[in-house]
Amino acid sequence: MLSAGYVLRRVLQMVPTLVFILVVTFVLVRLLPGDPLSAIGGDHVTDAQVAQARAAYGLDQPLFAQFLLYVRRVVTGDLGRSIVVQVPVWSLVGERLPPTMLLSGMAVAIGVGLAVPLAFASALRRGRATDLAIRAGAQVGLSMPVFYIGLVLLTVFSAHLRWFPVGGYGDGWGDRVYHLFLPALTLGVSLAAVLMRSLRAAIVDVLGAEYVDFARAKGLPTRVILLRHVLRNALISTLALLGPTVGSLLGGAVITESVFAIPGVGRLMIESIYGRDYPVIQGLTLSLAVTVSLAFLVTDLIQASLDPRVAR
Amino acid sequence: MTGVADTRPGALAVRGLRTVFASPAGPLTAVDGVDLDLAPGEILGLVGESGSGKSVTLRSLLRLVRPPGRIAGEVLWGGRDLLGLRPGELRRVRGREIATVFQEPMTALNPVLTVGRQIDESLRAHTGLDARGRRARGVDLLDLVGIPAPATRLADYPHQFSGGMRQRAMIAIALAGEPRLLLADEPTTALDVTIQDQILKLILALRARLGMGVILVTHDLGVVAQSCDRVAVMYAGRIVETGPVAALFAEPRHAYTRGLIGSVPRAGGERRPLLSIDGTPPGLGARPAGCAFHPRCGFATDACRREAPPLAAVAPGREAAGREAPGREAACWHHAAVAAAGIEAPVPEPA
Repeated sequence: MLSAGYVLRRVLQMVPTLVFILVVTFVLVRLLPGDPLSAIGGDHVTDAQVAQARAAYGLDQPLFAQFLLYVRRVVTGDLGRSIVVQVPVWSLVGERLPPTMLLSGMAVAIGVGLAVPLAFASALRRGRATDLAIRAGAQVGLSMPVFYIGLVLLTVFSAHLRWFPVGGYGDGWGDRVYHLFLPALTLGVSLAAVLMRSLRAAIVDVLGAEYVDFARAKGLPTRVILLRHVLRNALISTLALLGPTVGSLLGGAVITESVFAIPGVGRLMIESIYGRDYPVIQGLTLSLAVTVSLAFLVTDLIQASLDPRVAR
Repeated sequence: MTGVADTRPGALAVRGLRTVFASPAGPLTAVDGVDLDLAPGEILGLVGESGSGKSVTLRSLLRLVRPPGRIAGEVLWGGRDLLGLRPGELRRVRGREIATVFQEPMTALNPVLTVGRQIDESLRAHTGLDARGRRARGVDLLDLVGIPAPATRLADYPHQFSGGMRQRAMIAIALAGEPRLLLADEPTTALDVTIQDQILKLILALRARLGMGVILVTHDLGVVAQSCDRVAVMYAGRIVETGPVAALFAEPRHAYTRGLIGSVPRAGGERRPLLSIDGTPPGLGARPAGCAFHPRCGFATDACRREAPPLAAVAPGREAAGREAPGREAACWHHAAVAAAGIEAPVPEPA
């Protein structure tokens, strides 16, 4: 069971992380060569116009003053305005984040949904043909680049079989899930490979535990032993892997969104980096970092609720 | 006793039990033709050094040995052969008719489930009680094994219990199905001495109260003397001697048993040098031909090196003269000489 104290402590732990993220996003963006105004204006603006615009965006201030201004705005919920497209960063992120979240969520669901049964099948038939086939499959899944898996799935299921659309996002929940299925499968397959390997090792480990023998000696049905005693304990170590994986999943989403033409944060990120659109890059990085931190928080809380020894 | 199997409910008769583990170096025989008998409600001590096969024997009875272990022979429980049961039938015997307690409760209890949950799942598998009835029964069981404030301890996790309490909790879980036989694999070894004593007394009290039989695996002769009716001594995968505890301790009929008993210091008696057994037990893959104990035995002769002696009835000796001493068996060509040597005098070094 989760204690309120543990949850509170765990949430408070996020504060220094978030401060650090603020600093890093701010500094990293300014390390990029060039600035947004020269990126927008190209060769047709005068130095005076540039100087005026820089003053308007506060870009002429010392870095530290810019940072304080940035932090004050972020804390009050203002991520600034895009320099390139002149809309609030919030609305850009708010528009692009949901497709990415839905894509990642579906990918996690598919990844976990594939990994759990495969890991069981593999661990329970250790050393036999099934095990070898599953592990070989995972190896292939791990070694293929995400965009390649995406292209293969597109070619087979969209171009030849015409079961799925080649890209886009769709309207309404059902249509969106349908549009995102192939890209989510693309990400989910790589995720499943990572999770399956970890979970298989954990299951093999737990199967050797004395409490599994004791559960058998108690005369419990096999299903109860596998789900309550084996899976629950094996998931604890694998969950620790799921948090960080969400980070790389978002990285993979950037590529997948390009392959499947999904209007998510991945494409927005690439566009704004080309445009040196500082506020958008900062806002996006910040939202993604917060998302990853939240993913860590959620997996930690799930882990703590599964393992009473953690939540003390 | 290796005669007709007792088929009464609650009686166990093991015949020719062999447990072999496949290994790259060839098959390793952990249990090598064990015969055992247990009357309903009896406490049998199964004694031996580490690696003698006593724990594997115990686990083989309920087929708890993992692959690549293979079990052969007969385990007759009330006349039914447990080794021939289908998985579903075996599951109804495990926990409900024959329960098991392991050595180390810290590893045998699932760390992420409450003690209450671990009792509850046994009750769910073996009784028709509803959730409320199972909870009440869980409280009763913790109370029965002497855990204070049982209603609140049900919600605790194993790591919140002390070592002795954890072992009590494991016994409570084992008792959930109201078994007729309790298999206890070194239940006191991981505990300190005062707690050991409490757990043994608890097992004895439960036997008296519930009428169940117990097979107690241990390497501790003190534990056997304190709690068992009969004892079976194992060496290198075989039973080398069995008999009632008092008779066997007074007059061992196998050189190995004699060495074991002679190596235990006794309080109160005259001070004397302790006997010791030279050498170490043979590995699973390197059992000597003939009697497996002969390289360490002062009584050994050519016969011992040639042929393994069968476990056979031996007549009561001088200690038991004039008294009934049924059920004495030893697997030793020289059991009369061993008995005559007594347990006090040192024996000659092995040739």
